[in-house]
Amino acid sequence: MILSTTLEFCIFIYLLIFSFSYFTLHSCCLLYLCFDNAGQFFSSGHTNNWAVLVCTSRFWFNYRHVANTLSVYRSVKRLGIPDSHIVLMLADDMACNHRNPKPATVFSHKNMELNVYGDDVEVDYRGYEVTVENFLRVLTGRLPPSTPRSKRLLSDDRSNILIYLTGHGGNGFLKFQDSEEISNVELADAFEQMWQKRRYNELLFIIDTCQGASMYERFYSPNLMALASSQVGEDSLSHQPDLAIGVHLMDRYTFYLLEFLEDIHPASKTNMNDLFKVCPKSQCVSTPGHRTDLFLRDPGSVLITDFFGSVRKVEITMETINLTDPIKQKPKQKDWHPPDGFILGLWTLILLVFFKLYGMKHLKHIF
Amino acid sequence: MGLLSDPNRRRALISLLTRLNSPICVVCYMAGVAWFMGLAFEPFTLRTYMSENAMGSTMVEERFPAGERALTTGREFSAHKKKAGGMPVDWLVKTMQARGLEVFTQRFSRKLPFPDENKERYMVKGTNVYGILRAPRAPRTEALVLSAPCTPGDSNNQAVGLLLGLAQYFRNQIYWAKDIIFLVNEHDLIGMQACITFSPDSCRGGSIQAALSLELSSDVITSMDLVLEGLNGQLPNLDLANLFYAFCQKIGVLCTIQGKLQRNDWDSVSGYSHSVQTMMLMVMKQASGRPWGDHGLFLRYHIEAASIKGINSFRQYKTDVTTIGRLLEGMYRKLNNLLERLHQSYFFYLMPSLSHFVSIGYYMPAFGLLAVILLLRALDLWVQLATPPPRTEDGITDKEQVSSPGVLSVLTPLVISHLTGVALYTLPIQFQEMAVEQFPVSETEAVVLTAIGVYTAGLALPHNTHRLLSGEGTEQGWRVLKLVAVLYLAVLLGCTALINFSLGFILALTLVPVAAFVTPHVPKVLSAFILVILSPACTLLFSVFFFQELQELPVSFQEGWLLYLSVISQGILDHFLYGSLVYPLIALLVYPCWLLFWNILFWK
Repeated sequence: MILSTTLEFCIFIYLLIFSFSYFTLHSCCLLYLCFDNAGQFFSSGHTNNWAVLVCTSRFWFNYRHVANTLSVYRSVKRLGIPDSHIVLMLADDMACNHRNPKPATVFSHKNMELNVYGDDVEVDYRGYEVTVENFLRVLTGRLPPSTPRSKRLLSDDRSNILIYLTGHGGNGFLKFQDSEEISNVELADAFEQMWQKRRYNELLFIIDTCQGASMYERFYSPNLMALASSQVGEDSLSHQPDLAIGVHLMDRYTFYLLEFLEDIHPASKTNMNDLFKVCPKSQCVSTPGHRTDLFLRDPGSVLITDFFGSVRKVEITMETINLTDPIKQKPKQKDWHPPDGFILGLWTLILLVFFKLYGMKHLKHIF
Repeated sequence: MGLLSDPNRRRALISLLTRLNSPICVVCYMAGVAWFMGLAFEPFTLRTYMSENAMGSTMVEERFPAGERALTTGREFSAHKKKAGGMPVDWLVKTMQARGLEVFTQRFSRKLPFPDENKERYMVKGTNVYGILRAPRAPRTEALVLSAPCTPGDSNNQAVGLLLGLAQYFRNQIYWAKDIIFLVNEHDLIGMQACITFSPDSCRGGSIQAALSLELSSDVITSMDLVLEGLNGQLPNLDLANLFYAFCQKIGVLCTIQGKLQRNDWDSVSGYSHSVQTMMLMVMKQASGRPWGDHGLFLRYHIEAASIKGINSFRQYKTDVTTIGRLLEGMYRKLNNLLERLHQSYFFYLMPSLSHFVSIGYYMPAFGLLAVILLLRALDLWVQLATPPPRTEDGITDKEQVSSPGVLSVLTPLVISHLTGVALYTLPIQFQEMAVEQFPVSETEAVVLTAIGVYTAGLALPHNTHRLLSGEGTEQGWRVLKLVAVLYLAVLLGCTALINFSLGFILALTLVPVAAFVTPHVPKVLSAFILVILSPACTLLFSVFFFQELQELPVSFQEGWLLYLSVISQGILDHFLYGSLVYPLIALLVYPCWLLFWNILFWK
């Protein structure tokens, strides 16, 4: 009898201590916004950056779409995202097109001021490889095992991804290669697949086509922010007509986006609200749009370099920092496991009750 | 009950049709003519616009500098041409090779069926010289052609000079995605025909996307004329004309079509008549079925081609050769951007001016209204044939007996008319030697006069064939014949209008009234006279005078008659040399059809 009472008393104390620690643990989980000294470093929650830049149109007279994509590539690379983290898809080769009077160059400013092709461009998907299927496979990660690493989007749940699309589009679709289309529903579903497979932390979607705002109307996954160059019913216009080359070199929205990004350096503190102001109607003729309702943070607190750059902040500090509470991120999906100690305690209780009922003499049968 | 299956309603409709047949026919005819005349009225036309996305706007920088050098080359060419007494082949080969082109020559010889008096040639022997500028980085899959004719005398030297100057300039550029073939052809169309038909073996260029033929005979010009009409009335894609017009506007050169400058006052009577004249010139040229420039033979092979003529008139403002070179450079740079053949714009159109056009959807109803008259007449005849006069049982067997010779009597005129047509087609060429021996005329005159003779002989046919026929013609007989003839004419004119709208429309204008009113019961002498006036030969005669009027070069009757004879001989020559279909169409199909109506008029 003494045995049973002490046993029960032990179990009771054990459970008491355990539940106390369990509750404190969960209460800490609820306080997720921990802005202490090291908080700023982890405030956005991402640890790596990826970029998927897609130009969907071919033919010489769509030179400007390739120039658009290459100018975003250039900015993104300049701000620190390496080629291994950029998936660049160009549907046609303008630099080596027979009609290019300046071979091996793609210019973004007329009078050939800026060559965005450079000499270290790495194109991952080229020519006819840029298809809707390949694009969706890159996003969702469902690629055949033989696909090389440079063609994969190897992002994880702490990756911030920038997706930039340009080409010819319409209300609810984007044209790929003059032969197929991707619809806004397909795109939204692809992003939902990415969310469910934890392939991104936050995603910034920029599209420069006619009626671009229709492409982000159907998004429904969390942590998506979208920008478009024109509203439904408006056309995005081209810019920079160059007489020597004989084509338009850029689209208006991306031209002003490039100018904006040229002023950003890795330590810039410019945030998304400034990006929304790029290319107002007076410059763009179309009305750029944006969507932030699915994004959990306030756009004013999101830095441009969170998406366009790969920023590693190093701050040298002389003071000691006490990490008292474990720093928790945003509450992730909770699938509740019973604590491990509890199971151990439960089994111990069962065993002891068993032996109490049936006596110690059976113990030797177990051991 | 439905409208057509209810016998009462059907009878009412039929009686309406028979009663109002003539008024409706007259109204349709007037409406057709009015519609056609209204096509030139500017609010009913559309402005021209570039349809091909790849060609886009005129956004290109033209930098051709070497106009003076081109003129010097032209003078050299002229000197060598005089020395060689024809095409200076060796000099051309050497010059083209010096400019870095791959040069090929092509000999050809052709014997005409009878001597051509306009150009004074009978046995034609010549050489074409062409140089290919290979695209620096592109595969040899596509090509563009620039050609200039080598004409005897002093004309077109500047054209060849400019061609060689452009060849040198183009050779230094790296943005060519297509091969460019620079062709100098001898004996204009005959040489061009030889080059095109033999090109798969010797040209070794890729598939040709577009071709321009240049004619330039003076050092400075005041305007550039665009010629579009090709063989059998085929026209190039409208985008080629749009491209030319766009560049003319960008560079500031005066551009004309049919030699007429555009006017802005479309709402005044003189402005409207100016547009009508331009459109009628195009209709006449298209109806003649002959190629009006060296480009005309390319169109058959689905190669869009046009001719550009430089004209030096008495205006003050002159354009120099450098500017023309820049215009051509701009056009070729834009054609270089093409990814597919020109197909976005219209292939069938009429142009009342260079900046306005009428597409097939707008001009076809004019012809349709005329064709409806034939169908109404056919319906009327069918109704008349289907309601036999009331007879007894015996009478029905009588009718059957009577109708069988009726069938024969329909077949005979048909066969005889077509045989006459065949005679008109074959006899002039076959018997020219015999005619030359018998009469003091040249071969050309022999051919033409034989043709006219056979044509006139056909007029005597009804009188003669009725002597041969044993059976008597009946009331039923001529109705059946007219029904067959009207339907035959409708099908013939319909098919012609589809291929060559202008020819079909002009023939319809004259033959439809013939078909509509002719019966054996109209006054014979007057109707015979009208029928002859409206026959194809007289239509051609009037067209010749009208064409001269439109070009503001009116001719007297004598000159007009000689011009008419030369037009007939040219038509026959075009058929035998280039495959023009106007002569066989008129001889073998339209003339027999007209003869059928002539037979009906003299039906007994």
